[in-house]
Amino acid sequence: VKAPPFAYARASSLDDALELLHEAGDDAKLLAGGQSLLPLLAYRVVRPSHLVDIDALDELTGIRPAAGDVSLGALTRHAELERAGLEGAARLLALAASHVGHLPIRNRGTLGGSLAHADPAAELPVAALALDAGVVLRSRGGERRIPVAEFFVGPFTTAIAPGEMITEVVLPADVREGRAAFKELAVRSGDFALAAAGVTARVNDGRAARVRIALGGVDATPVRAMRAEAVLEGRELSRDAIAEAAHVAASACDPVDDAVTSAAYRRRLVERLVRDALTCLGDEAAG
Amino acid sequence: MSESRWVEASADLPVRVVLNGEPVTLSAGVRWTLADAVRAHGLTGTHLGCEHGVCGACTVLLDGEPVRACLVLAPQADGRRVDTVEALGEPDALHPVQQAFRDARALQCGFCTPGFVVLAAWLREREPEADEVRLREVLSSNLCRCTGYQPILQAMRSRP
Repeated sequence: VKAPPFAYARASSLDDALELLHEAGDDAKLLAGGQSLLPLLAYRVVRPSHLVDIDALDELTGIRPAAGDVSLGALTRHAELERAGLEGAARLLALAASHVGHLPIRNRGTLGGSLAHADPAAELPVAALALDAGVVLRSRGGERRIPVAEFFVGPFTTAIAPGEMITEVVLPADVREGRAAFKELAVRSGDFALAAAGVTARVNDGRAARVRIALGGVDATPVRAMRAEAVLEGRELSRDAIAEAAHVAASACDPVDDAVTSAAYRRRLVERLVRDALTCLGDEAAG
Repeated sequence: MSESRWVEASADLPVRVVLNGEPVTLSAGVRWTLADAVRAHGLTGTHLGCEHGVCGACTVLLDGEPVRACLVLAPQADGRRVDTVEALGEPDALHPVQQAFRDARALQCGFCTPGFVVLAAWLREREPEADEVRLREVLSSNLCRCTGYQPILQAMRSRP
């Protein structure tokens, strides 16, 4: 097993990476942790002309939970998300990260890499969507920030333009409040999920507010179950309310049959996962 | 920017690492993985099973943390510390984890064993109090097609 031929360069800084990326043209790829890209190269599913290695760029590391938004460097490893002590709704990233692959993979895989790869069944995109994250994209020409809801375009397809790279993922300041739960089912632990549900909410006096329900593995991109969110807004997280929301989430999603399982099974799974995740939120709120 | 920044696919490049405590310069093809590079250096204890990150047979420590050596491009290890199974013990002086694997018959064909032993020795050192759930969670990273895993867990429970 050998990767197809590519020319390689290691970037010495963010600006250098952008320069190399520009110079290499449209068929270049960035290499960060490599936990998705190297298997794709091994299978020769992708054949980039150039690889720009950004794995060692300190500028892109670190979680900066100062006042205001929470900024996560694109090279934040899954293992760091698990250990970072993220609180409130933001803890969803830690919970989601703990489901990604296995420990050695989480030591290398990066947040930016997972978003850029945009696997429809991946965990971190689901969490980013539930948290209303913004994705900061930089190119030689400048910087733009787009909501994660506009970032995922299709399976393995994003709004990243040629010459652009993710530099950070920004969470709104209010993710420090509230609660989070993440549930998924995979055939074996560490596999990609058949379906996954990430939920966050604030619970005040027993009533839910700012409910977010994001689903993975059921569509071309991660999706929000907005109708199900609306069901819960302002209500108690009672058994009945949760069951209703889970049912609405399942009815509204549109999975397809694939080699692993059927659309019908996935829809039932969504109902169960959303119910379990919301129950988890409710239990936490109860004490 | 000059063209010279790019290393062409057919070229070799030096990868400076501290390999099992010794500073060495590996010569690696651009497309080589870290596993290829340590094996070409003569350390063939690191086994390549699937070569796409599924089996864990190639597990090594990179800067002290377990990684799949088949999912690290060799040049990415430049300037870093790499520890392979060869750092753990010698045939006549086994590492306690290797001895525990032997005692528990935690191997049969032995192909996956280096990866398991590297991961298990790391876990023992880093988390000596790891409970059964944690043992299973961490070891679920690697595949063994002979033992059915129970002897491996048994070796780990013996807390060597």
